[in-house]
Amino acid sequence: MAKRIGMEVAVAVAEAVGQCDIDMAAVYPITPQSHIAEHLSDLVADGKINAEFVTVESEHSAMSAVIGASGTGARVYTATSSQGLMLMHELLPIASGMRLPIVMGIANRAVSGPLNILNDHSDIMPQRDSGWISLFAENGQEAIDLSIQAFKIAEHKDVQLPVCVNIDGFQLTHMVEPLEFPDQELVNKFLPTRVPYATLHPAKPVTMGAFSMSDYFTEIMKAKDEALKNSKKVILEVWDEWAKMFGRSYKPVETYKAEDADILMLTMGSMGETAEMAIDGLRAKGVKAGLIKLRLWRPFPFAEIKAVVKNAKKLIVTDRAVSFGGPGGPVFSEIKSALYAEIQRPAIYNYIIGLGGRDVTVPDFVHMFEKVIADKANKAVDTYEFWGVRE
Amino acid sequence: MIEVRWHGRGGQGAVTSVELLAVAAISAGKYAQGFPSFGPERRGAPVAAFSRIDEKKIKVRSGIYEPDVVIVLDASLIGLVNVIDGLKPEGKLIVNTPKTPEEIKKELNFSGFVATVDGTGIARKAMGVPIANTTMIGALLKVIGVMGLEEMKEAVEHRFGRIAQKNLNAMKRAYEEIKTSN
Amino acid sequence: MTKRKGLATWQEITTGCVVFDPGSASEYHTGSWRAQRPVWDNQKCIKCGICYIFCPEGCVQQSEDGFFQANMDYCKGCGICAHECWPRAIAMVEEG
Repeated sequence: MAKRIGMEVAVAVAEAVGQCDIDMAAVYPITPQSHIAEHLSDLVADGKINAEFVTVESEHSAMSAVIGASGTGARVYTATSSQGLMLMHELLPIASGMRLPIVMGIANRAVSGPLNILNDHSDIMPQRDSGWISLFAENGQEAIDLSIQAFKIAEHKDVQLPVCVNIDGFQLTHMVEPLEFPDQELVNKFLPTRVPYATLHPAKPVTMGAFSMSDYFTEIMKAKDEALKNSKKVILEVWDEWAKMFGRSYKPVETYKAEDADILMLTMGSMGETAEMAIDGLRAKGVKAGLIKLRLWRPFPFAEIKAVVKNAKKLIVTDRAVSFGGPGGPVFSEIKSALYAEIQRPAIYNYIIGLGGRDVTVPDFVHMFEKVIADKANKAVDTYEFWGVRE
Repeated sequence: MIEVRWHGRGGQGAVTSVELLAVAAISAGKYAQGFPSFGPERRGAPVAAFSRIDEKKIKVRSGIYEPDVVIVLDASLIGLVNVIDGLKPEGKLIVNTPKTPEEIKKELNFSGFVATVDGTGIARKAMGVPIANTTMIGALLKVIGVMGLEEMKEAVEHRFGRIAQKNLNAMKRAYEEIKTSN
Repeated sequence: MTKRKGLATWQEITTGCVVFDPGSASEYHTGSWRAQRPVWDNQKCIKCGICYIFCPEGCVQQSEDGFFQANMDYCKGCGICAHECWPRAIAMVEEG
């Protein structure tokens, strides 16, 4: 077992990416960038990793540059957050459409209107349908592990899709906490050199990013959808291999005291462990509460979600973003659609929490449970509430 | 678990202190967190930073509202910021000031434990700069007692290189010279 | 994308829609777009090659005798060659 060391999580993510033998990284080096890019540039400048580090004039260009580099067969990385991710938006379906195994770290933060920059998930949610595999880290260790696993998943011959690793901004990125780094030799064994399906090279010309009319567009979209859905099989294999090599196991949906729970809560990202403490408190008082933590956002783990909520009477879905004018939070919407056809399913409640860096404490989580338990007539089912909003 | 809130001004190194403390505690086999108050920060403006130290894995990631210890890096913040906000009744207040603990207790109308040390004076003598962030780690360790000064050595050396020893000397002096109220 | 007759199924789409046959765009005959054709008057042509340089389709070729002609498989009839030809040796003539 590797020694635990204390390090800021954003710096640790850069160190982990540095263990992955990347060939190139392109980033926009100014706000809303995180220490991931800053420390990665240090590693390159200090000669600790042998890669091209390209600083560009916008995130649009950063994504364009990694798309081009990935097309040549290189292993590439970029990182961004908030407005930067919004500016990349146009390129994201191109990266996935071209089936380029780009890995991106996202320090999840609110998007402007008004300017905020603090942690929530309103930057990643608009990217939901861009065809990227989307993973969520709960703590610094997961941020390290998922960042390394992401390259293996992305580059697998049956996947060949970009992967984003969501790491809650500030709550995770700015936290100094205990971390274990995997042994470099084991990482080398885990992550072999990328074998691209095609490369841009003058000796063997190919066309990438060709034009398609309505006669082919539907087939191409279907192929991309199938590729993303099928990636789950590979993701599970990669996590299996990771567990064997490094001793930490990963599942698309993690649970905490959920097996016999009457009332469940679902979190995604860094608030899971804080919610676990609320559950410990409720259990001590005899409430059969449990937690579900969604790690895999895309491809969405329908079967796993169905299996873990089956026996619960009530389910509280927490969201870190708003679908304005829609059915509630984006995670809520997804969970409801996943359970729509189930005969036996819990009553589902939705709390939109922690927007723009609003802190959510253990007592907050306890109150959410208590409020839902008190709703005996299920009056608030299928509705959503902005938790803690001043009225 | 011990929860500590640090008060300082932007540029005085409160964030560096929480980082050093967390790194050192983790190296010593403990579990720890160090984090700033999130958001934009400006030089000179009042800032806060936070530390958690425990013998077992720390799960909680929300803010610290009822600290066990408050440490004030700049005594001019007293009166400007409510430094004892949420401090537990049995909590401890440490202030970088040449004043006595009794004087600070009177100023704040606070009846709990207070410790003072002239961290800025020590830093100026030991390092030639009036920046007392590392110095005050010595004062904190004396009060909380979860680990010794020698366990800070590696983290301070890694961070400060050739000026590490001066920082460690200042830390040691604060550890020795701190005055407590009861 | 595929060489067989008829359109490919989604399973047959290459990964990332990569086109592995270089120059396969030449299989598509843009000459079918043409409503007018360029006709060279070699009495006026001074063999300057302006038409060759300006043709956006790259379909103007020089013959062994030094005069120019367009490959009608690809000439879209855009008229740029005629517009640029300063000795006015090229006329655009209606097709059909």
